[in-house]
Amino acid sequence: MATVIIPTPLRKFTNNTAKIDIHAGTIEETVNELTVNFPDLRKHLLDEKGQIRSFINIFVGESDIRDLQQEKTSVKTDTLISIVPAIAGGNLKI
Amino acid sequence: MSYSEIQFSREELARYNRHIIIPEFGLESQRKLKAAKVLVVGSGGLGSPVLLYLAAAGVGTLGIIDFDVVDDSNLQRQILFGVESIGAPKVEAARERLLALNPHIKIQLYNEQLTSKNALDVIKEYHVVADGTDNFPTRYLVNDACILTGKPNVYASIFQFEGQVSVFNYRNAKGEAGPNYRDLYPTPPPPGLVPSCAEGGVLGVLPGIIGSMQASEVIKVITGVGETLSGRFFIFDALNFETRTFKISRRDDNPISGKNPTIKELIDYEQFCGMKTVEKPIKEISVKDLYDWQVRGEKFQLIDVREPHEYDIVNLGGELIPLATVSTNADRIDKDRKVVLHCKMGGRSAKAVRELEEKYGFDNLYNLKGGILAYIDEVKPELTKY
Repeated sequence: MATVIIPTPLRKFTNNTAKIDIHAGTIEETVNELTVNFPDLRKHLLDEKGQIRSFINIFVGESDIRDLQQEKTSVKTDTLISIVPAIAGGNLKI
Repeated sequence: MSYSEIQFSREELARYNRHIIIPEFGLESQRKLKAAKVLVVGSGGLGSPVLLYLAAAGVGTLGIIDFDVVDDSNLQRQILFGVESIGAPKVEAARERLLALNPHIKIQLYNEQLTSKNALDVIKEYHVVADGTDNFPTRYLVNDACILTGKPNVYASIFQFEGQVSVFNYRNAKGEAGPNYRDLYPTPPPPGLVPSCAEGGVLGVLPGIIGSMQASEVIKVITGVGETLSGRFFIFDALNFETRTFKISRRDDNPISGKNPTIKELIDYEQFCGMKTVEKPIKEISVKDLYDWQVRGEKFQLIDVREPHEYDIVNLGGELIPLATVSTNADRIDKDRKVVLHCKMGGRSAKAVRELEEKYGFDNLYNLKGGILAYIDEVKPELTKY
């Protein structure tokens, strides 16, 4: 079972769960599984076309999936998947 | 002046002794620090520790750019400032504190916002930039200005319990530039999708931890000692005390540093970050008019869309329906009389008005301009500000 680490800004959509175990073979399946279980996550992770948003980075272990096979990157049972969104700081305008 | 010509007074040698006796550091690195000019963008939560440590370390010239004034809500994390600085321009208060810490350094102040107009002129005067700003448009502006001027950008960012650090556009010994912010995040989130610290909060000590790491990277970039975070992206979660370091790389499709760059000068970053999209205007009410309604006994409903803990600090007696729950509580909002929605400054209540108008067809909603803070300023100064 791969483990997904949910970043602080998105934890309010996962009932404040920081780590979620997912049965999936690829990143695509992982994201699907996550958004099925936590529907509010969907608009934060995926754009209207269902693509991973460009201000969300997904790392498998220490590697960026864009340097691997993107959404088709395979995950194993002991894989640690990190979702890391862009964060800017304290300005209320954003 | 080349760093090898740098001289130190006896006082300076005594002050920097603990650096100079580190075998890998030595007098040579201390000379490089004194010869260095570092621009710190933003003197808030991150800028505070960065400036304090760089001043203490003996960086010869520190530039500080910030247009804000010190507010008492800053003091929970912005350790450059004390109660006596409240109301003063941050850059002025910072200079006083830093020169008290180290009178041997020079400080250059820019009491203004970094913009596409001034960024290249300001940044070109420095060797290294430390980005501790608080918003996406400035992040991309700093990144692009550093690329166009060829300066390394030591980056840090924080939210709630989480911090990020990297070194962008750093040239290694072979002269090859490392990845930059646009390689990591090609585009910013649309406004409203990611909460800011002003909404979501930040643990006060977090910028202390992350800003100290940022200062450490600045020192490594200047001195060449050790291995910088260039090509790596560090994140820290204070809640679980977990750190992770990821590999990042340059991307061919980067619009400013890729194979076919399309950005050759600074652009309008607010527009780039989607902050200038034309939104349907909503009805607004000024705090004076609201007070007028209250005095006249006008029939209206007042809704407060802030969080419960904010409501506990100060409120105007409105019904509390936090922004995230307005949709599910739409049935509590009257359709047959005027409804005024407010938050702290007017941003969240504007979102709530838009959401309710779009989803439920309300046409009787008014956003309180300037929020409860404006109401306190102009109507009831005896209430508590936060």
